[in-house]
Amino acid sequence: MNTPINGADTAWVLVSAALVLLMTPALGFFYGGLVRGKNALNTMMMSVSALGFVGLAWALVGYSLAFSTGSGFVGGLSRAALAGVGVEPQGTIPHILFMAYQGTFAIITAALISGAIAERMRFAAYLAFITLWSVLVYAPVAHWVWGGGFLSTLGALDFAGGTVVHINAAVAALVAAVMMGARKDYARQAILPHNVPFTLLGAGLLWFGWFGFNAGSALGANTIAALAFANTLLAPTGTLVVWTLLDLHRTRKVTAVGAATAIVVGLVAITPGAGLVSPISAIVIGAIAALPSYFGLLWRARTRLDDSLDVVAAHGLGGAVGALLTGVFAEKAWGSPVDGLMAGNVRQLGIQIVAILVVAAYSAVSSWALLRLIDVVVPLRVSKRDEGVGLDVSQHGEEAYVRGEGALLILRDALPRAEPSAAAAVSLDTAGGRS
Amino acid sequence: MKLVVAIVRPDKLSEVLEALYRAEVRGLTLARVQGHGGETEHVETYRGTTVRMELSEKVRIEIGVSDHFVEPTVQAILGAARTGEVGDGKVFVLPVEKVYRIRTGEEDQSAVTPLFPTPEEP
Repeated sequence: MNTPINGADTAWVLVSAALVLLMTPALGFFYGGLVRGKNALNTMMMSVSALGFVGLAWALVGYSLAFSTGSGFVGGLSRAALAGVGVEPQGTIPHILFMAYQGTFAIITAALISGAIAERMRFAAYLAFITLWSVLVYAPVAHWVWGGGFLSTLGALDFAGGTVVHINAAVAALVAAVMMGARKDYARQAILPHNVPFTLLGAGLLWFGWFGFNAGSALGANTIAALAFANTLLAPTGTLVVWTLLDLHRTRKVTAVGAATAIVVGLVAITPGAGLVSPISAIVIGAIAALPSYFGLLWRARTRLDDSLDVVAAHGLGGAVGALLTGVFAEKAWGSPVDGLMAGNVRQLGIQIVAILVVAAYSAVSSWALLRLIDVVVPLRVSKRDEGVGLDVSQHGEEAYVRGEGALLILRDALPRAEPSAAAAVSLDTAGGRS
Repeated sequence: MKLVVAIVRPDKLSEVLEALYRAEVRGLTLARVQGHGGETEHVETYRGTTVRMELSEKVRIEIGVSDHFVEPTVQAILGAARTGEVGDGKVFVLPVEKVYRIRTGEEDQSAVTPLFPTPEEP
């Protein structure tokens, strides 16, 4: 901790933190475009609210549990409420900046889960879940891999969060989708994306922000950042091309939703190895990653599993392929602390498998327990009626595409009952029948 | 001949169309409309502005049918569109004076009888 603060490093991580923060509203656009118009705001709010709830939880306890000294399994509470987190050096950047940068990761990881439970989860239950999940699941797992915990001791490679972020979130998403059950219209009628341009906009902004996610994880303006940056550009090119060819082969049509998905899959896949593999390996990783996700999506849609926006196929399969191939393609020559399978180190692949399984198991069990707990206090699902009307009106008292005809202005002094509040609107709507 | 006009909830539309299909009712016109049928208005809030939404989104379906098809059509709609809550909509059955099929110039009964063309070899 005696290295002085470096201006260039600080500047790059400052920019990177802002880039990663942008990924969360970008995810809102990505997911929001894929749902029906009556649930557009609800789906986007699931990302937007994470900015507040998870960000706050991170500052109060999450950061301390992830990055303060503790056991191999979880950090301590010595940094709770940012105690002792100031402008002193953490590496070559100010400690407070390191905390903020890591906070943007916690936010998007929790928000990723929302894709699996879209169009049916009660908003209060969702807020409770992602807040508690970020503290009790994300923070310990981040500690295991990045905070000096047992997986980093074991030697697991996860440059920017393939295991911590993507596999972790995808397993939680899978558990949540199974526990919540399918949407009432799922497999009964066609549920189509209401705004594919939103999804493309979100994919573009995600890619842009991902440069901060991956290259920023070098925590400095250095050669590793440059490699991670190039790999973040190159891996999705491989995925996008392979995905396009698969689309052409299967249906003779290149789909826009497919392209947006391919970009995300490629980005997910290169995340764990971004600063550890050669640029050519990055392209290969991206290309290979297209296959399980592409066929995973097709297979999932034929099952009863309503992982509505395919978090598992994109982030779970993409993350697992990336984590495994990091153990295959990592090269000391490109800055990795250890070589991978290709350079003769078979053991690394085993370590990667252990890390994936441990994180998946912990995420599954604790996500299940959290959801059961929350279900006791507030039902996880909205009523069938509210689901039919749409969650924008029933959960938020707003509509994404409001026409305004027939809307009567409620004047404060002319109101028969007390304050017209958002809460009143919700209770009015969920009460059912005439009030 | 009758004209069946049904006004239903948009989220029940798929079920209604499916029920009509099962009842072998072919040929209909559909419009998205706004209306008010005595259901509870919901309140929406945008910044400081609170509004009561008097009109709800509805779907209006119009189907021209021959007399013996009126009952199956109405029953299909009633069965599929009902939630039991205020605001499920209405079905109107109206007399029709004349019907023409534009393509062939057929009139009345034959104009509202759907054709089941035998599939030809491509």
